[in-house]
Amino acid sequence: MSQSQTLPLKRQQSENPSDDGSTAIKPSRLKISLPSEDSDKKNLNKRVKDVEICVPIVYGTVAFYLGRKASEAQSHRWTVYVRGASNEDLSAVVKRVVFQLHPSFNNPTRVVESPPFEVTECGWGEFEIAITLFFHSDACEKQLDLYHHLKLYPEDESGPQTTKKPVVIESYNEVVFPEPLEGFLARIQNHPAAVVPRLPPGLNLPNPVLVSAVPNDHMNDKQRGDTKDHPLGQWFLNFSEADELLKLAAARQQVQAHIVKLRRQLNLLEGQSKQPSGYKCT
Amino acid sequence: MDAKDILGLPKNSFPSSIEKKSRPPKESQRKPDGISREVYALTGGVPPLMPAVDASQLKKKPPPHEKVTWQWLPFTNSARKDDLNLYHWVRIVNGVLPTGDYSFAKYNKSVDIIKYTDEEYEKYLTDPTWTKEETNELFDLCERFDLRFVVIADRFPSSRTVEELKSRYHSVSRAILLARATSSGDVATHPLIKEPYNVSQEMERKRALSMVLSQTRQQEKRDEEVLIEAKRIAELRMASKVTEQSQTAVATNADAGVTERAVPGETISPSNVQLPPMVVPPLADNASTLASLRMLRVYLRTYALDQMVQASNSSAGLRTIKRVEQTLQDLGVNLKPRVPTKAVCAEHLELRREILTWLNLQKQVQYKEAEGSSFRDGSYGETPGTPKDRTFIPDSLNFGVSGERVSKKDQKRKAHGAPPTAAHKRPRKQKASDL
Repeated sequence: MSQSQTLPLKRQQSENPSDDGSTAIKPSRLKISLPSEDSDKKNLNKRVKDVEICVPIVYGTVAFYLGRKASEAQSHRWTVYVRGASNEDLSAVVKRVVFQLHPSFNNPTRVVESPPFEVTECGWGEFEIAITLFFHSDACEKQLDLYHHLKLYPEDESGPQTTKKPVVIESYNEVVFPEPLEGFLARIQNHPAAVVPRLPPGLNLPNPVLVSAVPNDHMNDKQRGDTKDHPLGQWFLNFSEADELLKLAAARQQVQAHIVKLRRQLNLLEGQSKQPSGYKCT
Repeated sequence: MDAKDILGLPKNSFPSSIEKKSRPPKESQRKPDGISREVYALTGGVPPLMPAVDASQLKKKPPPHEKVTWQWLPFTNSARKDDLNLYHWVRIVNGVLPTGDYSFAKYNKSVDIIKYTDEEYEKYLTDPTWTKEETNELFDLCERFDLRFVVIADRFPSSRTVEELKSRYHSVSRAILLARATSSGDVATHPLIKEPYNVSQEMERKRALSMVLSQTRQQEKRDEEVLIEAKRIAELRMASKVTEQSQTAVATNADAGVTERAVPGETISPSNVQLPPMVVPPLADNASTLASLRMLRVYLRTYALDQMVQASNSSAGLRTIKRVEQTLQDLGVNLKPRVPTKAVCAEHLELRREILTWLNLQKQVQYKEAEGSSFRDGSYGETPGTPKDRTFIPDSLNFGVSGERVSKKDQKRKAHGAPPTAAHKRPRKQKASDL
């Protein structure tokens, strides 16, 4: 479809145009943060009603066949990852990602503390990877489990495996924080990785300066957390909300047409059953 | 799902030799499609198709310090009463001869049958329907055939049913146990006392079982049809009740034309559809689902969608849910959206709700038609073919004119059998552009 866009639509409208802006500002925020901390403390623990913060993510695997270098035990090199749906940096929300690999791997529980949240391994077998997302304490204490089935072998059986084209399986999902804490909302409000709806009028958010009080904020070391220039970037799939909505709209139109038709028919039938001689009284 | 999924085989069956070699052991961990992960975890994986002996096990050498020889040795079996001496091959490790009993002797089990003396019989066991000789015979056979009552009944000299034999055995054993016990508490836990034998229940059980087993396929089919028919009638009654309610709702809207007039806008703005009150799943469901989601503090969008779908399905029957999903597939919509954003999920739920409405309307129309044709012939035979842009009033005007033709058509239709379903299955495949 021609109108396909990358996701999410809402986010693109609200997106902060300057990408590097946020990284540049943060170090200076750190200095100011301490004095205002006390005054805003109580607000931080208040929940904002009727607001949800939503973080679109994509998780999946890219697997390359090793070709001539393949051995019995290591026929593929694969990477499992969690990324922002439009490759934004997730580390403002996600503190840590734990990938649970098959027990036959050396230390199968892989903890990734900083973006990019990914694990690259070599192997020969497909299995289900459990991915656990841990969030910063102001966002949510609870973790979230995702499951992804590692796929190494292409679905279609046409021809031999190639080393050129990897097998890519990705899933789109959204992490939703209903009724977030004010502090978290304030911190994340303008972050490109999060979708924040229009806030109710009259809502006074605490000073977002407090951001850097959150531990594990990796923005200070100039390492980039987004996956925009990711080496595997060319294989990332595109998830178009617009396509999906168009498809649904077309389906709904069909169903509605049927409903209208049936309802008309029903009216007709009801008209007759009420007055059996109805067609004569015209 | 195909046969390969059921068997848990890989989808691409052995395209290359590399795959063949590398896959089998780990394949057992792969979850087949269509089973939820939790359920699959309970099954403990797909059972292996072939005996799964690790290849390395086969070539395993015994530890070097063990010297294994096999010898032809005599043995006696304690399960035998005679001291018959037989020979067999024995595995001997480091020259140590095996000791102890013959390893299969432990399987020589027998049932402990209660024995009674003549005195006891006179005291406790007299029964007008059983002679002492018969009872003795029964207990001999019980001992000989280890309580296999079917065999015992076969050998029993006088003709007694299995139930009679069992009943006699149980009553005798109980009486003896109770008589010998010093207090009733001593034997209360004995299985014979704890589980009394109930003859009539046992006869009833066997009768019912034989009835089920002797049913022919036709009978089964007929029963099933009757049940389906009963369910259909119940559903139709429900639907008609609901229509009555919606009629009163329509009546408050002053005239039936209101719904008609909404038609042109329909395709442009979905919110114009006037959903009858019964079809929309109660909003309370949604509200409670939303509330429980909020309690979670964090959740996945797909999880929320699943919960909402479940909530809206809760009012529908299993068959209806199946039909909704079938319709979704017919419309080319994924059962699980590929890009589950908030808007997509909302649309998806809306679509499901509308399909439910549609299916309900189909049922109502079928019901009305069936009802109509039962008192009158041929007043609405035209309906399916009525041009779509016509409004309600002109249609009813037309009937006076085309009455003749209609009744003919209706007769023809009847000859085909089951007209309502035929008429209403058709629109499913139509494209929106047709309308």
